[in-house]
Amino acid sequence: MSKRGTRSVPEISSGSMADIAFLLLIFFLVTTTIANDRGIALLLPPKIEDEPPPEVTKKDKNIFKIQANSKDELLVEDEILEDLDELKEMVRKFILNFGDPTKEAVETYNSLPPSLKRYVNEHGRQDDNSDGPDEAVVSFKADRGTSYELYIRVLDDVNAAYNEIYAERIGLSVDEFLALSKRKEEEKELYESARVGLPRAISIAEPTKVGG
Amino acid sequence: MGYGKFKKKSKAGAAISTASLPDIIFMLLFFFMVTTVLRETELLVEQDLPKATQLTKLERKSLVAHLYVGKPLNTQIYGKEPKVQANDVFVSLPEIVRWVAQEKDKLDEVERDQLTVSLKVDIGTKMGIIVDLQEELREANARKILYNSLKKTAALGG
Repeated sequence: MSKRGTRSVPEISSGSMADIAFLLLIFFLVTTTIANDRGIALLLPPKIEDEPPPEVTKKDKNIFKIQANSKDELLVEDEILEDLDELKEMVRKFILNFGDPTKEAVETYNSLPPSLKRYVNEHGRQDDNSDGPDEAVVSFKADRGTSYELYIRVLDDVNAAYNEIYAERIGLSVDEFLALSKRKEEEKELYESARVGLPRAISIAEPTKVGG
Repeated sequence: MGYGKFKKKSKAGAAISTASLPDIIFMLLFFFMVTTVLRETELLVEQDLPKATQLTKLERKSLVAHLYVGKPLNTQIYGKEPKVQANDVFVSLPEIVRWVAQEKDKLDEVERDQLTVSLKVDIGTKMGIIVDLQEELREANARKILYNSLKKTAALGG
């Protein structure tokens, strides 16, 4: 009986507690995903009023038409496009054509860096393509049965064509251009300077209801 | 005199050992780590987001409202057709206008027109429902939208 009081309680080593805590900390660090709000931005047209939409007065050659049917087949400028990878280059050629430039478009051309000027002179100046970047509109019309995957793919490629031109114009890589923050004054100015005279004109047409 | 009577026996035992304090703190930390659930909407639809390269980041999280579109996870109750989920419930298309109004109410008056609707759409969805949804968003005057997508790695994409 008297022995019990003097018996020493065995100590549990707490030295490894810190390690356990660190392991848990690292585990949660790795597994926690922070919600990412990144994607392709788009501005929808204003609310449809009772009056019919304005007549399209643009020349046909100033509209780059992309149509998709419910079988996910693409019709680009009234021709079937098999290889989606070509789309970006086609859009680029269309924007930078300067076929019959207005005074503003000539100014835009003069502001381009040499690499883009060379591109225009090599690939552009076609009579059957757009008059100039200020007139050019990319129109995308999807069917109700088109998959979202294709829709995003096309939208991404058209955006890529624009962003590559913008980035090249101010001498940045595309990733650097996309990272420009519109909340910082200088970066916003840089962003605006890239787009001057070269508006990103993407029109999402009302979809057809007929199948493919 | 009888002074000795009140003399303290010894000083030993006065200090409480603080050796176990870290353990208590850790226990508390673990307890809260395990029980805390981050407020997140529970997904009721399939979510396999598309991949894209030209991603823009949303500048202000407070101005974003999320809509989830996809095939319901519980197909036995909700069927196989894609549905729209807002917060924790499914919403029908005519309810979108009201939902937008609610989301706008949460913002400051000056920022109401800057609301961005982030569409998290499953890759297998057809465009039909998305077009209808966009029509409702136009009606509700929430015109800034974002097709939420993941970063496509350069090695895979052309």
